Amino acid sequence: MVIDLDNLIVRFKEKDPTAFDQLHGMYAENICGVINTIVRDPERAQELCQDVFVKIWHNAESYDSSKGRFFTWILNIARNTAIDEVRSKSHKNQKKNLHVDFFVGILEGQDNMDSKTDTIGLKKLLQNLKAKCTQIIELLYFKGYTQKEVSEELAIPIGTVKTRNRSCIGQIRENLKL
Amino acid sequence: MDIEKYIASGVLELYVAGLLSEKENLEVDALAQQYPEIKTEIIAIETAILALSKSVSPGVPSSNLSGIHNRIHKVRTLDTPTKKQTNWLSYTGWAAAILFAAGLLWMYNQNNTLKSNIEVVNQEKLKLKDTLNQTKSSKIKTETLLEELRDQNVAVVALGGQAVSPESFAKAYWNKEENKVFIDASGLPEPPEGYTYQVWSLKLEPLTPSSLGLLDDFAANDTKVFELENTNESEAFGITLEPAGGSESPTLEQLYTLGAVGA
Repeated sequence: MVIDLDNLIVRFKEKDPTAFDQLHGMYAENICGVINTIVRDPERAQELCQDVFVKIWHNAESYDSSKGRFFTWILNIARNTAIDEVRSKSHKNQKKNLHVDFFVGILEGQDNMDSKTDTIGLKKLLQNLKAKCTQIIELLYFKGYTQKEVSEELAIPIGTVKTRNRSCIGQIRENLKL
Repeated sequence: MDIEKYIASGVLELYVAGLLSEKENLEVDALAQQYPEIKTEIIAIETAILALSKSVSPGVPSSNLSGIHNRIHKVRTLDTPTKKQTNWLSYTGWAAAILFAAGLLWMYNQNNTLKSNIEVVNQEKLKLKDTLNQTKSSKIKTETLLEELRDQNVAVVALGGQAVSPESFAKAYWNKEENKVFIDASGLPEPPEGYTYQVWSLKLEPLTPSSLGLLDDFAANDTKVFELENTNESEAFGITLEPAGGSESPTLEQLYTLGAVGA
């Protein structure tokens, strides 16, 4: 990528609208994707995606690069927004009631769908990944579970979560190279 | 520090997931700046998650960004009310308010001016009424006086100026029936301070003066007609200047006017 991300983020923090537009171009699809895995409603996911970027703009100065990646920051905002939405729809819903098998659901749906040409398909990314791998990734990155919560949910020792996650991400990185 | 072992621990994956504590985040950031391998590893992990999240995306409609702009812009407009439309509206409002206030002030002033004009006119009207009353009463006085003088029983005696004051003259209007005499003293000079004119009725053979009275308040009497009592069988009338309060007998050196009663 030719874009100097650090410089872009500095300009964004100074409320430079062009920098904001560029960051939106870079991350909007990802953010919509994260929200969609939680709310499981593509249209609503797109609306919430807008909410997230409005929040990002208004909180621009609060981002601190020493405390994490920019993507991690907006990922966190997107997750919280989507989880709030799901909870407000059904008060009984707790984090653990969020559907864990969603990747699988999307995977089945995409078999009948023309994937966008510039997007690497989910099926390709997840090939050779065990079910435990997709679950751990989904919980940690998309649902905002802590290591402890993941160990309870998947009934694996807490020390295993970190290393298994690394090997699962490693598999996806391999798949990306294909 | 064993970089490879650190990378293999899986801590960087948790860093990208945002699951580390604030202290751990600062640590990772410091190491990433120190060791390029760590930075490269972080970006690789992030790239994997980006690809994964993109693959589950419902897509971004082209209206998404413009929708965000609209919402941000609305908030901006509220934050900074210097936008043209807002200004135009508020300027119009202010202008209307100022015009209205100026109008009110102008009308208030007009009203005050009119009120004070009315006040002045009213005062003038009162003055004129006063003057009219005075004129009326003085006319009545004059008419009454004229009535008296026109009475058919009145004999008119002209009193000519004497040595002391040859220019002086006076007239006596004597109503024998009513024993009254009116002295018209308009031809006499004003008496000096401390002096007054005294009117005398004279009998000639032998010369016997009897005082009829003083022409007091000479200056204040604007008709200069004085009414006096006269029960004498007068043959002549004279007016002398006497010290204030009058004298027992006339000071003949100060005889101003004198006239005999004619046939």
